[in-house]
Order: sequence, then C-alpha cells, then structure tokens
Amino acid sequence: MADAKIPRQAIPKQTPKDRVKNFNEVALGYTPELAQLEAQRCIQCKKPFCIEGCPVEIDIPAFIKLIKEGDFEGALAKIRETNLLPGVCGRVCPQEEQCEKVCIMARRFEPVAIGRLERFVADWEIQQNKMDLPEIAPPTGHKVAVVGSGPGGLTVAADLAKLGHKVTLFEALHKPGGVLVYGIPEFRLPKAIVARECHILEEIGVDIRTDFVVGRTASVDELFEMEYEAVYLGLGAGLPWFMNIPGENLVGVYSANEYLTRINLMKAYKFPEYDTPIRVGDRVIVVGGGNVAMDSVRSSLRLGAKEAHIIYRRSRKEMPARNEEIENAEAEGVVFNFLVNPVRYIGNEQGRVKQVELLKMELGEPDASGRRRPVPIEGSEYIMDIDTVVVAIGNGANPLVPSSTPGLDTNKWGYIVADTETGKTTKKGVWAGGDIVTGAATVILAMGAGRKAANSIHEYLTTGEW
Amino acid sequence: MFKIVERERVNPVVNKFVIEAPIIAKKREPGQFVIFRLHEKGERIPITIADADPDAGTITVYVQELGKTTFQMGTMQAGDEIADVVGPLGNPTSIEKLSGEMFVIAGGVGAAEVLPIARKHKKIGNKVVAILGFRSKDIVILEDEFRSFADEVYITTDDGSYGREGFVTTELKEHLDKGRNIAEILAVGPAIMMKVVSDLTRHYKIKTMVSLNSIMIDATGMCGVCRVEVGGETRYACVHGPEFDGHKVNFDLLLKRLASFKEEEKISLERYQAAVGGEDG
Repeated sequence: MADAKIPRQAIPKQTPKDRVKNFNEVALGYTPELAQLEAQRCIQCKKPFCIEGCPVEIDIPAFIKLIKEGDFEGALAKIRETNLLPGVCGRVCPQEEQCEKVCIMARRFEPVAIGRLERFVADWEIQQNKMDLPEIAPPTGHKVAVVGSGPGGLTVAADLAKLGHKVTLFEALHKPGGVLVYGIPEFRLPKAIVARECHILEEIGVDIRTDFVVGRTASVDELFEMEYEAVYLGLGAGLPWFMNIPGENLVGVYSANEYLTRINLMKAYKFPEYDTPIRVGDRVIVVGGGNVAMDSVRSSLRLGAKEAHIIYRRSRKEMPARNEEIENAEAEGVVFNFLVNPVRYIGNEQGRVKQVELLKMELGEPDASGRRRPVPIEGSEYIMDIDTVVVAIGNGANPLVPSSTPGLDTNKWGYIVADTETGKTTKKGVWAGGDIVTGAATVILAMGAGRKAANSIHEYLTTGEW
Repeated sequence: MFKIVERERVNPVVNKFVIEAPIIAKKREPGQFVIFRLHEKGERIPITIADADPDAGTITVYVQELGKTTFQMGTMQAGDEIADVVGPLGNPTSIEKLSGEMFVIAGGVGAAEVLPIARKHKKIGNKVVAILGFRSKDIVILEDEFRSFADEVYITTDDGSYGREGFVTTELKEHLDKGRNIAEILAVGPAIMMKVVSDLTRHYKIKTMVSLNSIMIDATGMCGVCRVEVGGETRYACVHGPEFDGHKVNFDLLLKRLASFKEEEKISLERYQAAVGGEDG
C-alpha cells in the first residue's frame, strides 16, 4: 500500500548557475529508484479522480502500479493505450491543473508526481533503445487529412491510425511538431523527444508531409478532391498580437512567436553555425505573464542577456504561467516587474529600440476572467533602457484556411466555430480543435480536443453520418 | 527534397533555377512566392516565382547573390537538391482588364518577378509598358522576354552603359508628364526603388502597387517578422501581401526593418566566403 511517510520526490535538475549557460534540458528526470519510490505514494484509488482530470484519460493508477512493480515497459504500454506522446506530455502538461490537482493525496499531503512518472517511462524506453509500437487495426481504406502537426494534430493522427485509417499529416513548417518544435524551448522539451514521438506515428503508418501549407499549397476543398474523406484542422496559433502602442515595429521588438521560432526551430542560438540570426543585447524585456513569456525570458538569459525582465501588468498571483516555470525563471535570475505596462517604445536613428516607457498599475475590481483588473496609476510613467523587447501577449487566428474554405464559419475573432463535444465545424467532413477554435491554450487541451474529434471522425467514417 | 533540374548564371550576380516542385507549379499564380531552406542548417528566405511549367512540374526563380544563402545557392548545380521549398505563398496579384495602360516597373532581379504579372496583363488584353532598370549593361536580364510580348519596353542603367542613363523614375516621369492614360503601375525591386517610384507617382494620383520584400521566417502569418505599416496600420506582408498600395506604405520603416540583421548577415557571409576560399586553396 501507499506509504504516506514518503515525501513527493523532487526531480533532479541542472543547477541554475549551470543551466543559464546552455540550452540543455533543465529537469533531468527520475532515476528508476526515484520513480519506484514516487510510485509507492499512489494509493490506487478505487474511483480515481486523476483519470477524469486527464483530457486524454490515461489509466494513471494502472501505469503507476506497473512502475511500482518495476515493469516499466508495461507501464509505458499502458500509457500508450490512450496517449502516444508521453515524453511530451510528461514534460509540458500542466499536471497541477489536471490529474495532480484532483489526486486524493493532495488533500492531506502533496499529489503523486504523475507527470514526472509519465516522463520517466518514456525516457526509460529511449535508454533501452526500444520502441514498442501500439497495436494497429486492419486497414479500413478510409483516408483522413490532418492539418497541422502540433499536439492536437498528432493526437488525431495517432488515434485514427490505430483504428486502421490512412492518415496524412500536413505541416506548413519543415519539421513536424508545431508549437512543440517552434515554440517550446529545448531546455524544457528536447526536440529529439518530439522527433521520436512523431517518428512513432510514421511507424504506425501516418504519412507526414512537411512544407505543405493548407490554405495555400492546397485548399481544404482540394484535399477532398485528393480523396480525403475527412479533414481535421489543428492549425494552432495565428497572427501574433501586439499592443498597438507607438514603436512596436522598431527593430529589436519581436513577437514571442518570432523570437522562439528563431531560437527553437531555426537554432539561432547556434548562429553562425546555423544561418538564422538573432540579436539579444544586454537588457531584454518580455511583456506578458504566461508560459510563452517564461520561455522567452529564460531563453534570453541563455542567449547571453545580462538582464532579462518580465513586464507584467498584474501581480504574481494572476500570472497564467505554470508555477514551476515561474520558479525556474526566478532561480535563474529573471527580474519580475509586476503591475507595470509598456506605453511606448523609443528607438534610435537606425530604427532600433533603445528605451521603453512604462506605466505603473494597481489592481481594481475583477474582470471577465475573474482576475483583478489592472488600472493605470496616472503620472507614474518612467523610462527604462533596453536592447530587446519580446511581446508575449498571445495570438489571434490565422486567416489562411478560413479565408480559403467556403462554408467554414468563424466567430468574430476569426476562430473556427466547432462543436465542443465533437469538434465538428459548419462544413461537412471538416473538424477543428485546439488554439484555432479556443484561442491560445495548452498542449494537453489541444490533445483532448483532438481525441474527441478523432472519435467523431471514426464514427463518421464508419457510419457515413454527419 | 526538391531537385534543381536546370541552373544558369544569367548575369554576374543572378542565377536562374528551374526546380522540381509539381504541386507548387500547378497551383501558383503571378505575384506569389516560395520559401527556400537550402539545407538542415539553412535559414528560410522568400523568393518570388518567376515562371512555372505545370506539365513539367517545375518552377523557375531568379536569385540575386546578396548574402550567404544566395551565394551558397549560386554554387548549386542541376541535380542538386534543396531541402525545402514551400508555397505558393502570398496573395496572387489582382489582374483585371484595365481602362488604360499597365506600367510595370522593375529594378534588377525584380524584372523576373514582374514578368509573369506583365504577361498575364497582356494575355487578358491590357496594354503593357515595361520599364526595367539595372545598374549597368552587364546585369540586364530578360529584355528579350519582355520585348516578345510587351507593347513598349524601356531599359535604364544607372551608369548609362545601356539604354537610357538614369533610374527607372527618369523614364517613368517622362511618360507621366506626357499625360499618358496610365491605369495602374506595379513596381517591383529594391525597397528604395519602390519608394522613389511611389513618391513620384503620388503627385500624379495614379494607383501604384509595390511587392514588399520583407524578412520572413514561416511566411504563413505565425511569426510577424514581416510586419509593415500600410496606411498607419500594421500588416503582415506574408498573408496580407506581398503587394500593397505604394502610396500608403511606410518605406522608411521597411528599409530599417530590412537592415535588422545587417551585422549578422555580414558575419555569416564573410565566414562562408572564408570557408569556401579555404576549400579552393
């Protein structure tokens, strides 16, 4: 039985002093001993809330039990029954908001470290040089196009391939993975892990076509002409938002998407060995308080910035970033500036940003999001010298697919209208999910939407009923 | 991988490539571009499609050697493969029957970029006048191609070594002052050339479109590096463009943003040339 005396096992990490000098992964992962010790903390609830807390409903108590028994291979196979991305999810899912939040152990002690255990078995398989593939149903002859190879698209592709459907995964960039490769940094999610989990999809028969921009290279209607019977749109983030304040187009003001894409997808941190450059300078400010802001600010330190600042208009309590990421950033020396907002950027004669004017804020009444609204303090403006700005305040919708797809309705913000239970859009044979439907969210929510859509697509393919 | 089927040096600084890209060849329309990434460590650069043969499944591009990537591309030969070719990207040029003449103005390798647009204008019955500007005689390209269909073709060179001495605006101004019935002008070339053309035609109140050559990465609207100001609003050249009303474009901002990584580009090119020089020695 579970032993309440065992504390939640910490995950070994690179020290802050070392890790700010490299892009290697911060968290090093459990050893088999630590994993088995942590697994003993699970009390194997008869009615486990953790499964309900997981958008892809992994049988969490079962895989943890197998870890406890030392059957790591069996534990991974158990996870793969419902999730083909354990290496990714174990690292980047906000478990504290999902499975671990509802863990019964959390009521009196700390929750079982479900995410760390999931990651452990995924990594263990790599160390063993193994690749256990899930069972695949016999071919059905149905063809499905999945547009976008981010976490949602990967989930749809995996689920439908396992059911025997022929899936083609279309990706606009040159590598599959979407935000997992262009957005989330190497130090939080090694690209080799993403590549491996994408490769597993290929091994189970998914055809991955990179360099293919649906909406340009082919329209959705042209995919149907290519005899795809169903199309899933997992388009991800669209046009990055800016604040529409003076000076935002100065050189040295990046969207977080651009900044992170240069670093992660294009490997600008290895310039000039890699051709794509990035310029950081001594003092960087990152505007925003989410995970993307944390990724940007921590990357800045690794790129040699002497000072890396978060500029956030509310207080620490309202920050949407994962607590773990905020703590990592603090340990690395990131400076947090709360209750301030940029008003304008000031450039030099070359059009390069040199200063920012900031305005202090105070918290007022709660707004629609339930968080206290920041209210400007009049006359509190001050100037800060800076070399680089990263604007990490979210993304709008990408117009390429909606504008080239008659019959596909969008809402007033340009997001695709889709049924929350099935992912069905207003166009027959077309499903959508993830950020293109909900606006910016998390990896696991996109995967949950993908899971629901895959079920609905399977039903459509087998019954023909829309 | 995308195979180069033909490669020709058309002048001392420009190479022509015919590349196997069957889907793009079938789909592309005049005014659209592709993104190239030469190899695993390469950067992503936008290049306008000059021509395409849907039956052969090929596209044609003209690439001027400016930085590391374009110099490296210049060493590639028929049979070599390019890691990534993505497209067709950007909105096609809007080409309609006009009530007056269509003037296409090109600077340098821009001639290759306006060629398919000018051809289509001619095909749908518009009178096409081309003004092609080059630094000097040795880099004049595509003159015969334009002469084969355009109603009038004028060449200018900065040094007067061929055609008329001066800039494209020297030639254009004369036509404007004659009061010709110009319905629309399209200018494609270096940003500074598009700026001076737009500044000139603004006084004559003649619609002038320009094709903006911003820095791009994904070119699908995700990164925002290509943002430009048009009529005071921020627009993304990759998804809203690449063509915009030249009278509304903030060219000074464009020029500054194009120079964002000037120092890094210099480092990259010098490092490459040193390495290539080393191999030769």
